This record gives sequence, structure tokens and C-alpha cells, in this order.
Amino acid sequence: MDWSFLIGVVISGLLAGVMYSLVAIGFVLIYKTSGVLNFAQGSMLLFAALTFVSLHEEGLPFWIAFVLTLAIMVLLGVLIEKIVLRPLINQPPITLFMATLGLSYIIEGGAQFVWGTQVHQLDLGIADVPLPLNSILISQFDIFCAGVAGAIVAVLGVVLQYTRVGLAFRAAAFDQYAALNTGLRLPRIWAITWGVAGFIALVGGLLWGARTGVQFSLSLVVLKSLPVLVVGGFDSIIGAIVGGLLVGLTETLMEVYVGPFIGGGIDQWIAYALALAFLLIKPTGLFGQRSVERV
Amino acid sequence: MKLRGTLASLLLATAIGGLPLTSHAQTPTHQQYFPLQSYRVGPYAAGGTGFFGGFIDYMNLINTRDGGVNGVKLTWSECETQYVVEKGVECYQRLKSHVPPPSAWNPLSVGIAYAMIPDITADKVPLITIDHGRTDSTDGAVFPYVFPLLMNPYSETSAIINFIGSKSGGDEKLGSKSIVVLYHGSPYGRETIPIYQLLAKKYGFKLQQIEVPDPGTQQQSQWLQIRRIRPDYVVLRGWGVMNPVALKSAQEVGFPADHIIGNVWSNSEEDARPAGNAAKGYIALTTQATGTRYPVIQQIQNIIYKAHQGNMSDPARVGSVYYNLGVVNGILNVEAVRIAQAKFGNHSLTGDQVRWGFEHLDLSVAKVQALGAAGLFHSIDVTCNDHEGHGYITFQQWNGKEWNRISDWIAPDWAILRPIIEASANKYAAQNHITPRVCSTEEAAAN
Repeated sequence: MDWSFLIGVVISGLLAGVMYSLVAIGFVLIYKTSGVLNFAQGSMLLFAALTFVSLHEEGLPFWIAFVLTLAIMVLLGVLIEKIVLRPLINQPPITLFMATLGLSYIIEGGAQFVWGTQVHQLDLGIADVPLPLNSILISQFDIFCAGVAGAIVAVLGVVLQYTRVGLAFRAAAFDQYAALNTGLRLPRIWAITWGVAGFIALVGGLLWGARTGVQFSLSLVVLKSLPVLVVGGFDSIIGAIVGGLLVGLTETLMEVYVGPFIGGGIDQWIAYALALAFLLIKPTGLFGQRSVERV
Repeated sequence: MKLRGTLASLLLATAIGGLPLTSHAQTPTHQQYFPLQSYRVGPYAAGGTGFFGGFIDYMNLINTRDGGVNGVKLTWSECETQYVVEKGVECYQRLKSHVPPPSAWNPLSVGIAYAMIPDITADKVPLITIDHGRTDSTDGAVFPYVFPLLMNPYSETSAIINFIGSKSGGDEKLGSKSIVVLYHGSPYGRETIPIYQLLAKKYGFKLQQIEVPDPGTQQQSQWLQIRRIRPDYVVLRGWGVMNPVALKSAQEVGFPADHIIGNVWSNSEEDARPAGNAAKGYIALTTQATGTRYPVIQQIQNIIYKAHQGNMSDPARVGSVYYNLGVVNGILNVEAVRIAQAKFGNHSLTGDQVRWGFEHLDLSVAKVQALGAAGLFHSIDVTCNDHEGHGYITFQQWNGKEWNRISDWIAPDWAILRPIIEASANKYAAQNHITPRVCSTEEAAAN
């Protein structure tokens, strides 16, 4: 057994999982505060990255393009809340899910309509080259992504757990009627939530875009985040991170050590097999809350 | 803000049912119609806009500069497929009854092309799969209506191995080499698995073929395997986002870009540029050169774009890989019509008549030069037996900004390929109860 190679595979898998987590966090945030499984998160990621890179290519400095894109994403979030979600208050979850599914197509089409279909290079100034640690190679860029994901989780964790805003968010997610009765302004809470989700989409879009180029396929990374949510739990930000790490690790180990014996291509389906196993054994995921309803 | 007027009109046209984007006052008898199953949105839009933009610009040039082909105007309409097979087939069903009838189908999609073969054969309209498609459709005796023009996947494979051989100091040195083929997890990607195995057996090189599931946005595990194998070369048989991610992942594991050889669908600016420095030195195969120095491309710029009639919303993409492939595809379609007109008359032709033109498409190097395309592509000589027509390719290297040609035009190893193609075609014929044509008899009768 080549132990240094195995350690490299494990680290690589964990870092790959962090990239999935970056997208999954956006899902969790909206689900946790509004109960909506936002299928449009991938499209928001594409829209944010395309907007940023196009503004940057037009000559705007990095940080001005970033702030401007963030403003556009917050505005988009507010509009989504006002035009799509507010009229659907208290509709069944499947109705809200279908609304976001339709929304994802509109945002995808809108992104390409406004910014074109060309593939863009995105250079964040972080070299995507390996750090040699003995014979183990670890990507500098992946380490940076892990740091960013960690910082987002820490900030969100503190805000949601220890601030009045966070308490309001959790109350809104727990029971919309009760939250309204206690005087919480649900539309404002949801608008803030969607704005923060827009910020996470922007960060995720930039990191994924720097890896793959900014192009339509960014919207497809959402598909890899769904098993992460099932494994980690739909309403847990820590779950999104742990779920991402587990999915990334499983994919990489299976592809490297089992793939050669069965023809490869395992990472196409192994994450979903893992998610299915969790649904059968622990439907709430590792960190998801079991819902209790009075019947 | 790059609000795309052209795209807007396209989307509108698509939304209301694929209306023709051009209209001519002439009667249908003086029009030659091309249905275009294009993809201008979706994950592969960069390729679709380039290819169909080049194709349309060339047809526009023929109409504007020459008044059409011998007075017969070229017309076309687009139908958006998003590279989705079902949508491509729906487009085919919608446009096949067009008046005047379709001249040829050019879907630029393996999946759509495969789905259409039985129907277009029944309709008697040619299906053009330039640089892609079924390898065995090269055998026109079994596939009379399918034309994998310029290069089929097996020719491509043979040329890549020949190129690696030449870089290694001769084919006899291949025996000491180790090659990994990293292929897209799709029918297109898997098409060449047997031929790589056959060539490995012939030349004695070590071969590993590794699949990357579609779309290929994460490839750490595949490149970790490559790092463990430590091959001399990696052949990249990718598509779309898989290509820049492969180049970036190669850099992450320290594999040199100049030992990665891309195939024909890994050879565009959109494949290399997003990878930034990781793509510097990357080599890829192509059937047509890039750039705008060719007279035909310059005429498009001077006649079409100066009159603001160009199809590309970003004129800077004129001369890019996909655009020039579209122009070459336009040349081949137009010349097939011209050859067919010489036999059937200068009027609107049926698909079957245009098929005859394709099967007699003989553009020598001198003829290619006369068309203003010298150096843009080599030559083509399609016959009943050979629907590919030479299979000449060249190699280019990415310098960080653009492609530069680094090889002469290379022919595939026909002695190896032809028996395999015929065996596969005959198997298809037996499975589908097709009686192969006898090409020698047909050609003798024609002469």
C-alpha cells in the first residue's frame, strides 16, 4: 500500500468536497429560514459569476466589480422574494420548489441573454499549483477554497445562533404563522436571506469559475450539492460542510481504488448511492432536525 | 453591457417556432434550403454559436458576393436544440417538410446525428457529421446518406498516435511509451476505446483509458490515477467544461501541458483560455487552421461584417476554431450543391440530389486554394466507399493567447483503419437488414 498516495487521495477528496459544500451552504441558508428548497441556487451561482467577470472584463477593478455584482445579487434576491415567493406564502413545499425550478431556467436564460454565451477565464490571483509536502501534492487553490468555506460557516453560525436576526430567521423557518403573530416581518427576513444567498452564490461562483472557467456548466454544480444536503441534513450549515466532505471523499476513494476494476465513471453516481443509503438509514441526514408534528 | 441584439432576435424566433431568419423574394425553385439545428444557449453554446455563425456567414457571403450558387440563393432557418437529443429530433420533425426541401442536415451533435440516421436515410436527405459521428458511416456502401466529412474518430485516433510516435522519435519507439486516454463519459467519448486498444496492441505501448463523467467539473480522482500511472502522454478526448478542468487538474498534479494531446473537440479557444497558465504548451489536433489570414475569412470580414450583416455578436471570434470549422463546413455544403447542380441543373435540388453532390465532392489542394481557403484545410475527396474523404489533420499548440500550428498535414493509417471500418459497417448492415451498395459497379455505371 502506497500510504503517501492514499493520504494524497484523502486530502484531495476532502478538498473536492469543500467545493460542493460552498454551493450546498446557499441551499441550507434559504431552507433553514424559509423552508424553501431553492433549486435556482446553481443558476444564481452562474448569474453571479457571469455578471462579475463581464463587469471586470469591461474594465471595472476587481473590488468594484465584486461590490456591484453583490448589489445586483441582493437586488435579484429581493425581487425573487417580492415577485415569486411572497404570493406563495403558506403554499405546500412542492409548490415553492416548483417555483424555484422555473426560476432557475429564467435566471439561466437571463444570464446568457444579458452577458452572452462565451466562456470566460477568471483569474483570482491564486495559483492553482500543488504545494509539495513530501510526496503529497495539495492544491493551493483548494486550500484557499477550504478557508473561504470555513469563514462563511463561522460567520453564518455565529449570526444564526447568537444574534437577534438569527433568532428571527430560525423562528420564521420553524413556523411562519407563529412568527407573523409575534410581529416578525417575514418579507424582510426572506429578502435578507435571499440577499445573503446571493452573496454565497457570488463567492461560490467565483471559486468554481476560477476552476472551470465561467460558463453555463456552473449551473450544473447544483446537482452535486443535492446528495450533500441529503447526507448532511437540509437545515444544517455544519451538515453542508460535513456532507460535502463525505461526498467528496467517497467519490475520490471509490473512483481511484474501485473505478479501475469496474470501468471507471463511478463519481457520476456514487454520491447519489450514498445519499440513498442515508435516506434509508437516517432520513434527516447527519445534522438535520427531525420534524415533530401534532396529529 | 453586452446586450445581444442578435441573440434576442434568435430567441424570439425560436420562441415563436423557429421562423426562418432570412427571407428572399425568389420563388422556392431558386432557393437551396438548409435547416440548422443550432445550439446558441445551454452548456455548449460557445461551440454552437461559433460553428453555426461561421456556416451562416459563409452562406451569406455566397449570396452577397456571388448571388447564390449559380443564381440559386441559399436559405436557412434555425431551430434551437441546446445540444439536447430530443430537441434536435423535434427540430428535424418540424423542419423536414420545409418547402423547398432540406438540402442536408448539419446538427454538429453525435447524439442527435445517431438519432436521425434511420429517418434521414428513409427521407433520402444527407446527414453531415463533420469531424464526428459514427466511424463506420465512413463506408458509404452501408451508410449512403451519412457523411463524416474531413475526419472520423478512428482517423483522429490514428493521427494522434502517429503524432506521439513522431514526437518520440518514430513509431518503433512507441513500444516503450505509456499513454492514458482521458475520455468524456458519453457515446462520443467511448467511440474510440476499441481502436486505442488495437493500436496499443500493434505498437506495444501501455494504455489506460479513464472515463470522466459528464460534465467533468471535478476530475481530482482521475488525475490522481494519472499521477500514479505516470504516463508519457495523456490524450484528452473531452467536450465542453471537461477540457479546461482537465488542464487545471493536470497542473494540480504536476503533469506537463505539452504532454497532453487534445482531440478535435478539445481544441478550441474555449477549451484552453479558461485554464489560464495551465494551458500553456497544450497541444491539440484540428482539421482546419485558425486565424483570419485566409482570403475566404477576409472576404467575410470585408463584405459581410463591414456591412453589419455578420452572424457573430462578437466579431473578434471570427477566425476562432469553431468559427473556421463552420466556414469549412459551409464550403463543403456549398461545393456539394455546386457539383450536384452540374449534374441535375441550376435550380433547387432535392436532398437526394445534394447527396450525390457530397458523394462526388472532390476538392484538391488547388481547388481549395481557388476557393480562398488554402491552408485553412487540406483537401477532401469523397467517394461512394469513403464518405470521410482523406482525413488530413494537423496539430496546434496553445501559447497562452492563441493556437499556433506545429505540424504538417498528417494522414491516418488507412491500412489499419479500413478493414475495421468495413467490418463494423457490415455488422451494422446485417443487424439492420441493409443490402450494401456495390460502389465499384455504381462508379463504373456513372463513368
